[in-house]
Amino acid sequence: MLIPHPLLGPRDAQEFTYLGDASLLSRPDPDAPDAVDAFCDYVFLRDNPAGVHKELWYHEQGDRSWLVVIRNTVTHEVLGAELATDVMRAKGAT
Amino acid sequence: MTFSGFRVIKEALTGHRGWGPLWRTPDPQPEYDIIIIGGGGHGLATAYNLARTYGKQRIAVLEKGWLGSGNIGRNTTIIRSNYLLPGNQPFYELSMKLWENQEQDLNFNSMVSQRTILNLFHSDGQRDAYRRRGNTMHLTGAGGTLLGADELRQIAPYLNFDNARFPIKGALRQERAGTARHDGVAWGYARAADRLGVDIIQNCEVTGFEIEQGRVTGVETSRGCIGAAKVGVAVAGSTSRVMQMAGLRLPIESHVLQAFVSEGLKPTVPGVITFGAGHFYVSQSDKGGLVFGGDIDGYNSYAQRGNLPVVEDVIEGGMAIMPMIGRARLLRSWGGIMDMSMDGSPIIDRTPIEGLYLNAGWCYGGFKATPASGRVFAHLLATDTPHETATAFRLDRFARGYVIDEKGAGAQPNLH
Repeated sequence: MLIPHPLLGPRDAQEFTYLGDASLLSRPDPDAPDAVDAFCDYVFLRDNPAGVHKELWYHEQGDRSWLVVIRNTVTHEVLGAELATDVMRAKGAT
Repeated sequence: MTFSGFRVIKEALTGHRGWGPLWRTPDPQPEYDIIIIGGGGHGLATAYNLARTYGKQRIAVLEKGWLGSGNIGRNTTIIRSNYLLPGNQPFYELSMKLWENQEQDLNFNSMVSQRTILNLFHSDGQRDAYRRRGNTMHLTGAGGTLLGADELRQIAPYLNFDNARFPIKGALRQERAGTARHDGVAWGYARAADRLGVDIIQNCEVTGFEIEQGRVTGVETSRGCIGAAKVGVAVAGSTSRVMQMAGLRLPIESHVLQAFVSEGLKPTVPGVITFGAGHFYVSQSDKGGLVFGGDIDGYNSYAQRGNLPVVEDVIEGGMAIMPMIGRARLLRSWGGIMDMSMDGSPIIDRTPIEGLYLNAGWCYGGFKATPASGRVFAHLLATDTPHETATAFRLDRFARGYVIDEKGAGAQPNLH
């Protein structure tokens, strides 16, 4: 698999370490009244879809950036990649 | 029609005209007492145990493809009970005991061969860890012997004992472990269940659940609606997809695991040899092929095929520890979809939906568990209480903090 790194161009997936579903970027609010349940879901439960999946890859043997990669889990086709920092900025994170 | 040596000889002398199909191909009834989704090893073993051990009737197994088309036909056929943690080891030892009598129970030759397993170790620390594991195994009657390098040389002289990074210092051996004919296991359970009246319905994909007021009343399938008071799900890599139809999110990711077989060779590997430090294990099939594998590819996948980097990784592991494997040609490789759980251990439990039961999270260890999985899942479906060896496999153990994490890797499925 080749991952289209937004800054470095197409890179071999072997340069990356896989973490999992990109929803892990959305950490629950630890001060919310339901924080315990929310963190339990956050840590343990996954959508695990067959098809298009947004997921976190870390460019460990490269520029050490976190990417959000869009990939089809049925065909292994990589559909796109963004810097995780850009994704979070677009959501309004600072 | 019962199999026996006498019958094999009789058929041989009469032109093999007396053999018939091993199971019926019935049309689905409008309603059953219990429906099992998934016609693989675990589903068929569950149906067999429901009928045989718990005396249940009106049971159907629904399979979306052909019988045994999933992981029961895609694994590397190893059976063993060499686990460490109290939540796991008694269950796998139950499974080993059931393997030992399986052919008699099912009247079917599933070629169970207790040819031993050797887990290699490479350091004093690893020896201590395996000694501890071996002692745990003895506590459940699973047996086990710690071998030094000299004893191991007698058994497997071709291993690379002087590997610079992973010198072989010995192995933990479980004599009762071995292999079984994986397809034969599915066929044996299917035939035995069919003989007890279980309807095995192939090419019947479940497309939804009928749920009324929090209670399951049946399933929608590609062959129409089928009613049932209880539904058990045993669909391995497809677990998240099926349970999503019931509105449940699970502590599971689906990953692809690859396996390989070489051309047929003369007998050379006596049992199963695992090189855990290097992601490689190997055994030799009765046809002579070296059957081997390694680690999962490591990213979510439903593809039933892996990618080349892990092929390279597995072969490198093989070359490092057993250099002679480089002289054999690779015949085939394939992939299966593993239901990787968040702690590396299975889930056999009721669900928040009344009448809906889950058997999942087997990671890449489901084959060896087949007989016990069938037994304890049938127990749960029949009695609504967990079997005594499966009390730890609860769905809510993650929320309660009672995970069963053999590797201590945490909630990261691709590390289990």
